[in-house]
Amino acid sequence: MLRQSLRSVRSVAKAHGARAMSSYTLPPLPYELGALEPVVNTEIMTLHHGKHHATYVANLNAAMEKYAEAEAKKDVAAMIALQGAIKFNGGGHVNHSIFWTNLCAPKDVVAPAEASPELAKMIDAQWGSLDAFKTEFNTKTAAVQGSGWGWLGYDKAAKKLAIATCANQDPLSTTGLTPLLGIDVWEHAYYLQYKNVRPEYLKQVWQVVNWKNVAERFKAASA
Amino acid sequence: SHRAMGLLFSSRVAAVAALIVAIAHTCTSEVVAQNLELPKLPYDYDALEPAIDKETMQIHHLKHHQAYLNTINTALTALRSEESTKYLAKMGVDEVLKHLDEIPAALQAPVRNGGGGFVNHVLFWNSMCPNGTKVPDPSEPLGEALVAEFGSVMAFQDAFHDKAIKLFGSGWTWLSYDLTASKLLISTTPNQDTPAMAANLVPLLALDVWEHAYYLKYQNKRMDYVTAFWTVVNWEEVSRRYQEARGKAKQEL
Repeated sequence: MLRQSLRSVRSVAKAHGARAMSSYTLPPLPYELGALEPVVNTEIMTLHHGKHHATYVANLNAAMEKYAEAEAKKDVAAMIALQGAIKFNGGGHVNHSIFWTNLCAPKDVVAPAEASPELAKMIDAQWGSLDAFKTEFNTKTAAVQGSGWGWLGYDKAAKKLAIATCANQDPLSTTGLTPLLGIDVWEHAYYLQYKNVRPEYLKQVWQVVNWKNVAERFKAASA
Repeated sequence: SHRAMGLLFSSRVAAVAALIVAIAHTCTSEVVAQNLELPKLPYDYDALEPAIDKETMQIHHLKHHQAYLNTINTALTALRSEESTKYLAKMGVDEVLKHLDEIPAALQAPVRNGGGGFVNHVLFWNSMCPNGTKVPDPSEPLGEALVAEFGSVMAFQDAFHDKAIKLFGSGWTWLSYDLTASKLLISTTPNQDTPAMAANLVPLLALDVWEHAYYLKYQNKRMDYVTAFWTVVNWEEVSRRYQEARGKAKQEL
């Protein structure tokens, strides 16, 4: 039924000369649901990926479908009214897509220096040590009020790394930084296992940070 | 419900009580005496089962609510320590939330989040009771007002439910009374903001939709939590607040 309505919207959109719509899909996890145990348990991964991220994707598609209709009718007010839903759900999709790749099984974790000497050197230069970087990251991320994310980002203009936090599902791009590593601190990311103790989740999560992926993103951003 | 009302311990009463203790014990540790305390729940931790599970109530009250209390106590101590900001600490938490713009920049976040978190959860616990009470009848003041504003009590619940499930991120859904417009309204606030930050709004009913309020039992299914919430709403308390607010509005006319 969804396919039929998508097809009919597409044909309406095409008839009005609008560009074809793409639809967004839930990326598969790069590992088994239990791969991040005992740091992030199977139940959380199952809900986080299969429910929360999946819902962002579904809602993004629904919002974009409505947006295409509004665009076809040149209804600017309707387009503006949909921007909140696109930001929430699109941001959620972008952020979680990055997040799954930022993590890996504890046994697959390598140190930043092994993943990228250049990245490790920059961390040391800016924070003094990897530990000092993690401490600042965790302090700032634990302090996020309500729902949000902690990020290690790259500032292309300044050619420097930066720690930033964002509210809700605001993507890091809203700050001008390029995302390298994001840690979700919405309560759904940790509550079933860590309850209210967000600082403990942040302390433990470094055991599943995939520095190889962070290094790849850093290489692409700093090229 | 009489037991619940008897055990009510609003933040205003807490502030006054703390002040009285402070005056009586000027020779002893001023800081300790003036700290607000965590009010006990008006019912047992398992009393709202099955709508809200015991474990959630325990963590929600003893960890989250306590943490907000610790934050506001620290902020109040800081405000008390300066001559220019002492008056803000003396106002009481409910009042100081209406004066956030007068608070020094460094303390705004802890007062807003800690103070808001503290009062919001007191109101939330008091908005509920074991098994709830009957929805207001259209012949009663609150029932009449709900019908006038929303068409029916059920229509109000549907509208409230809709707002609660659509709230993105962390926040609260409210039924409030607008003192100046003399009407009820449904609203949502982000994080620990409260309608009470505005001079003219009196919160009557609060629903916490932060994930910690429901995740252990309902996981991502917020709509099931909101549906279950109606089975534990203490409408007698909501009615009482409504009539008190309306009385206050009449006095100020």
